[in-house]
Amino acid sequence: MVELALPKNSRIQKGRHWPAPAGSGKTKTFKVYRYDPEGTQNPRWDTYEVDVAACGPMVLDVLIHIKNTMDPTLAFRRSCREGVCGSCAMNIGGRNTLACTHGWEEVPGRECAISPLPHMPVVKDLVPDLTLFYAQYASVEPWLHTETPEPQKEWIQSPQDREKLDGLYECILCACCTTSCPSYWWNGEKYLGPAALLHAYRWLIDSRDEATGERLDDLEDPFKLYRCHTIMNCAQVCPKGLNPAKAIAEVKKMLVDRVV
Amino acid sequence: MSPHLTVWRWHITMLTSILHRASGMALYGGALIAAGWAVSLASGPDVYACYMGLLGSILGKVVLFGLTLALFYHLANGVRHLIWDTGHGLDIKSANASAWAAIAFAIAATVAVWVLAAMTGAL
Repeated sequence: MVELALPKNSRIQKGRHWPAPAGSGKTKTFKVYRYDPEGTQNPRWDTYEVDVAACGPMVLDVLIHIKNTMDPTLAFRRSCREGVCGSCAMNIGGRNTLACTHGWEEVPGRECAISPLPHMPVVKDLVPDLTLFYAQYASVEPWLHTETPEPQKEWIQSPQDREKLDGLYECILCACCTTSCPSYWWNGEKYLGPAALLHAYRWLIDSRDEATGERLDDLEDPFKLYRCHTIMNCAQVCPKGLNPAKAIAEVKKMLVDRVV
Repeated sequence: MSPHLTVWRWHITMLTSILHRASGMALYGGALIAAGWAVSLASGPDVYACYMGLLGSILGKVVLFGLTLALFYHLANGVRHLIWDTGHGLDIKSANASAWAAIAFAIAATVAVWVLAAMTGAL
């Protein structure tokens, strides 16, 4: 369902302003989405004037700096701090990306807005609930399906067949793409979304997989696959430079190819 | 629920996608206007003159200009979708370039048609 406005209890109010600490060098203002699940209040925008001269170059450095020196109540996920784990995916300056690989100087405008991945239930502050996202990933059965007896050693694959997985296997499941997709915003319950579909394609074209027919049957549905309208937000925001829109187009082609 | 449309910084491909839907819906209205024209033609000279008067009014011309734009935009973007369906032009660079091309074509073709119409005295 298309609902352009946020539900009443999710509308964002003006929050607290945190001025730059005395003795700050160069400062930049960060507008951060705050939501406390234990309170009864709506979410709010808190603004922090951050002493960026004392920070590292990335947005994650700024968030850690805020948490360490200004406001310890701020909640966000982070782990590897080098674009491998996908934990710190969030919306920065209006685009989904990883806080750890996105420099705050790259964000246009005087003020940098930071909010959770869009159109998702919020656990706290910048932490979204990804339960449905993971369930949709699991629904494409992301493992090798085989009928033939297991070989003595490993399942082998030619270098050419292996190359077909390039641009797919690198996905870190950060959910930047899926939560950037307006189709997913409006039909997330039924449409699988870019990340799950990219993984579906990754197994469809794996030369070792023997369940191609069943996998395609499962996707042949008005919602699961065909809610992709090539809006391309997924490819535009992927922090790993992958192209889910292209993968989805290839799945659509496979579905056509098997009936013509 | 976290904010979505209100925080998003749009990409050109997002704009062309929603414009495709909007122009498609406008063309439904355009089809009704064209059907109305055929009905007026079949209803005799008086009704036809009245209908043409309506279309020739300032408001009628604005609507027709908008429909021309919607038609050419929908056509150009439809061709983009056809190319995408073959699996081509889906990298970001090509998709951004073809988005601008579709918009430029729609504007250029609309202006060309209306200039041509003005030159032949159809306005």
